[in-house]
Amino acid sequence: MDFRDTADEAEFRGTLRRWLETTLGPDWVSRPTFGGGFNEAESKAWSKQLYDAGYVGLTWPKEYGGGGAPHTYQGIFLEESARIGAPAHVGGIGLGMAGPTIIAWGTDEQKKRYLAPLLSGEEVWCQGFSEPGSGSDMGAAKTRAVLDGDEWVVNGQKVWSSWAHIADWCILVVRTDPDAEKHRGLSYLLVDMHSPGVEVRPLKQITGDPEFNEIFFTDVRVPRESMLGQPGEGWNVAMTTLLHERGTLGFSLTAGLEQSLNQIIKLAKQPGPDGQIAADDPVVRDQIAQLWVDLQALRFTNYRSLTALQKTGVPGPEGSVAKLHWSETNQRLTSLAQQLNGLAHQLDAEGGVWDGYWAYQQLRSRGNTIEAGTSEILRNIIAERVVGLPKSR
Amino acid sequence: MDFAFSDEQELLRASAKDYLADRFPAARIVELADSDAGWDSNTWKELADLGWLDPELGALEHAVLAEESGYTLLPAPWWSTIGLCGALLDSELRDGVAAGERRVSLAWAETDGPSSISGAANDSATSAEHGTITGTKVQVPDLGLATDVIVVANDGLYAVDVAANPETVIMRSTIDRTRRLGELVLSGTPARKLDAGLDALATARRNALALLACESVGVAQRALDEAASYTKERQQFGRIIGTYQGVSHRVSNTFVALQLARSMAYWAAWAVSAGSDDAEAAVSGAKVSAGEGAVFACEQSIQAHGGIGFTWEHILHRYYKRAQWNNGFEGSGRQHRAAIADKILA
Repeated sequence: MDFRDTADEAEFRGTLRRWLETTLGPDWVSRPTFGGGFNEAESKAWSKQLYDAGYVGLTWPKEYGGGGAPHTYQGIFLEESARIGAPAHVGGIGLGMAGPTIIAWGTDEQKKRYLAPLLSGEEVWCQGFSEPGSGSDMGAAKTRAVLDGDEWVVNGQKVWSSWAHIADWCILVVRTDPDAEKHRGLSYLLVDMHSPGVEVRPLKQITGDPEFNEIFFTDVRVPRESMLGQPGEGWNVAMTTLLHERGTLGFSLTAGLEQSLNQIIKLAKQPGPDGQIAADDPVVRDQIAQLWVDLQALRFTNYRSLTALQKTGVPGPEGSVAKLHWSETNQRLTSLAQQLNGLAHQLDAEGGVWDGYWAYQQLRSRGNTIEAGTSEILRNIIAERVVGLPKSR
Repeated sequence: MDFAFSDEQELLRASAKDYLADRFPAARIVELADSDAGWDSNTWKELADLGWLDPELGALEHAVLAEESGYTLLPAPWWSTIGLCGALLDSELRDGVAAGERRVSLAWAETDGPSSISGAANDSATSAEHGTITGTKVQVPDLGLATDVIVVANDGLYAVDVAANPETVIMRSTIDRTRRLGELVLSGTPARKLDAGLDALATARRNALALLACESVGVAQRALDEAASYTKERQQFGRIIGTYQGVSHRVSNTFVALQLARSMAYWAAWAVSAGSDDAEAAVSGAKVSAGEGAVFACEQSIQAHGGIGFTWEHILHRYYKRAQWNNGFEGSGRQHRAAIADKILA
């Protein structure tokens, strides 16, 4: 056990840090905390820069355009990105979910076709798992795919799909056999989002932002070979996706939480609405220190499950711990900001605290315990698959 | 970066598990805890033979042993000797410990005087002159099992042979009967000044806290295992109670607390072993996470057991009391969060 970087890791970290500082420029760190929304062109350009420098898909096998590096390198990449507040790669769903699933289940042609543009950010992926009638209960998915000649014809509706409005491809769970027992009737398609019959409608969240979308499929024709695994294997393929979602996500979550902790420390040290410095209040100090402990515990829990990932290639179900713990910690953190800001917390633009940064963060955090597996589902997973209690249903 | 114990350390864990499971099943722990002596004095020689007292062991080996001894609630002054006093022993005591002949504890607290190990000498009314020491120390861990006590006096550290001066020892009734506290009443008692100075107390405190965090992880793991095995079997209203989410989510929350505590405890053990700059913060973080985590785990487990978990007969309360012991040692979570806040809000 050694929590320090090896000589190679330290060299990688140093090179990366210099690259980030040079590429983002000196104005980056001193930029306003909150400003501007998502800009697709900028995000894609940044993704391409990351890709050209070799920082995307660090741990993917070299044969698929990855760096072939141990998983610790991805951890270092995310730590350093968080340190400087670097923007994320545009293809989060592709990198974290679609890509690893294609590597695990895809044919050689599929790997050749999809992985390179996914890494470079030229093609953006979204996820079509949840439906209006089946959020947590994916096995109840109703979106149908019927084989017609050499094409699957897809009809149905998906929801909570991040990035669908800019996505080129969708990993889609469909029902191909309505007569089979519910999990066995599912299949896993790779769907071109530019196909006729695909309609994306933004879904406004409590923040007012249209971050998620509904996707409607009306007689969408998908080539027969655009399936991962065999018909009826969709559930197992989707489980690979979700394991990776919850497994590798941990590092991004830690990185984000570290940035948020730095922000709340900054907030607590400036005079609040009552003119007092919150950081002088022992109750606030206690809460911020607990957040620091929660962050470190998350970090080292990730590192420990990374050791498992390194050994087996698959993140263990312990990844559920990271998501569960992160989401509740982030909610406590943003609620503390709300308390510190008082009524000024209401002002969500000019005149507000940091132009409404915290109002947005606090409202957004309520989705954290719902998206990517609700806390209730994660507690079921931990009870049943990790601790080994009998199934609740 | 490497976050796993080495193969050798895992072998050490496996052999510790075997020994503890063989010699200290739950019924034996109960029997020893409720006995006057509070332990089986043959244990110390066995630990020496197994290598638990080997001065060559590092902090990570100690971490593994602490976790396993917490899981079993090993009744022996191992943590007091190795965790609390390891950094303070002179060659005479070190050799005696390694041979399985000496057992050591630390006496720092005084009524109306110091309560924390760091700075314990500052307000101490305990003083030494001409090879003797005078003063009264309270809350001395495992005092009844120690052969020697390292006493913090106002000008340094002194070793007192309590085996040769049994009249100095007054045991107090302690809720955790596997790690009892006593009072040490010194009145011109022969004492030997140690080479280690008062500044070594900071190291001793860090080591003790890191190991105790690992021990708390073992306690929490046991509380979780008890909850899991009970809720897998127990039926009410015709269903296994573990299928009720009101029960199973309590178990999940315990698992989460345990994993977080384990991560922090291992970090602290590593930071101490490597002399990392983060050691002080890591140890405080581990104190918060494992100290409070073990108490939480025991409370959740007691609740999951229902009435049986509240009985003296059930093993759980023994773990609960140890969890509270560990949580109370050298400042509870509140004080360690305050220390962390001083660092991150500076």
